[in-house]
Amino acid sequence: MNEIFELQYALDTFYFLMCGALVMWMAAGFSMLEAGLVRSKNTTEILMKNIALFAVACTMYMVCGYYIMYADLGAFFLSGITGDGVTGAEEAATYAPSADFYFQVVFVATAMSIVSGAVAERMKLWAFLAFAVVMTGVIYPVEGSWTWGGNAVFGLYTLGDLGFSDFAGSGIVHMAGASAALAGVLLLGARKGKYDANGVINAIPGANLPMATLGTFILWLGWFGFNGGSVLATASVESANAVAVVFMNTNAAACGGLIAAMILARLLFKKADLTMALNGALAGLVAITAEPSTPTALQATLFGAMGGVLVVFSIVALDKFKIDDPVGAISVHGVVGLLGLMLVPITNDASSFSGQLIGAATIFVWVFGASTVVWYILKATIGIRVSEEEEFTGVDIAECGMEAYPEFVS
Amino acid sequence: MKLITAIVKPFKLDEVREALGELGVSGVTVTEVKGFGRQKGHTELYRGAEYVVDFLPKVKVEVALTGEMVESAVEAITKAAATGKIGDGKIFISPLDDAIRIRTGETGPEAI
Repeated sequence: MNEIFELQYALDTFYFLMCGALVMWMAAGFSMLEAGLVRSKNTTEILMKNIALFAVACTMYMVCGYYIMYADLGAFFLSGITGDGVTGAEEAATYAPSADFYFQVVFVATAMSIVSGAVAERMKLWAFLAFAVVMTGVIYPVEGSWTWGGNAVFGLYTLGDLGFSDFAGSGIVHMAGASAALAGVLLLGARKGKYDANGVINAIPGANLPMATLGTFILWLGWFGFNGGSVLATASVESANAVAVVFMNTNAAACGGLIAAMILARLLFKKADLTMALNGALAGLVAITAEPSTPTALQATLFGAMGGVLVVFSIVALDKFKIDDPVGAISVHGVVGLLGLMLVPITNDASSFSGQLIGAATIFVWVFGASTVVWYILKATIGIRVSEEEEFTGVDIAECGMEAYPEFVS
Repeated sequence: MKLITAIVKPFKLDEVREALGELGVSGVTVTEVKGFGRQKGHTELYRGAEYVVDFLPKVKVEVALTGEMVESAVEAITKAAATGKIGDGKIFISPLDDAIRIRTGETGPEAI
């Protein structure tokens, strides 16, 4: 019996770590997607932000984030995490504690990656990284402690008791990242030239659509780790079945989202807009993330398609409000993240619409509010926006002193 | 001697080159250029928002010729580059004072 348990422990830990590695790879997906959708003069800087935010997120979550989110599992600097999950714990886990940290930390980086795309092409590098420190060290872990951590919200109410359920983080990760991004964009303003004084919306086409497409494929692949790993185990018939269903539904939702967004873009704009199709696939993935284990494959496809339709209308609507989001991050992760939360009770009896609504409101109010305060302090002190001249020249030269394509002559 | 400068649609370049070759033209210079004429620019759509493309890509073909070849060359270019649709381009003819072949130092019609 003991040998079977050891085998289960080894397999679950291995599965957890490999899923975490897949989610880590999503950072590459975000990098490519964002680098593809900005202008070439802002490529180096967006790549720097993406890879630096990953390192900042992992470091801050190690320093205090994990402890804030899971007070009973962690400690400052992960002190004592190197033991095994069998001894010492009240309820024996089937995986190593440090594997849990690794799987959790890559989600923090994902949430922060969402912010970088929305504020691209105009935000100062160091202001962004300063925000990343607070977001990944405090803001995200606090809302994480209320949700996956199971703690009461400021000691007032417990979301789990109210019927809140978010399997892999449509709200906890994606909508949280988008809420922080929205706060940043509102204080930052639109890119110069995006909106005319008389209300005309000018397109600023992305420089490299092959890169944006590769980024979307990478995110799609990484999402199997994101959702699949959130089953937290695979070494039993029950959990293996759950993992397989989650993989199937995650894929189905992405397909539904892409097809819906592609067709809708064709109907609305008379052209098959690739960037909308890419956003549609991601919207499908975000929509299913809150509950990929209970829908049927058909339901998952339809949920994804709803995300794909919603994201196109959301992107157009945000432009009408002059909220400039170069990559559509607020629409994909925020608006569709909310949709994902609200779809959960349709297939999961353990959750309720009221619980989902209260959970979503709690996450949004906290992350948006706290982020606004941090962005505001940064704006008042070091400033968050590059100068007009730097924006025209491109932040690659202004912030990093190097171009992404120095031999490219336009 | 004359210098013919023809602005043509990029996808017609091969046909123009072939037509000039058949006339016995021994050399042309080709440049990718952008500009606008009566065709003006056009608008494209990106994520639901329009943007204007002010300058359209064209190809500039430059040929130096002796006087008697000009008429047939113009006819060949016109025939090869025409689609009948707006934006077919233009041909400019200007006088050419002299020409020098760098390798041998020949000048005038000999150098063309």
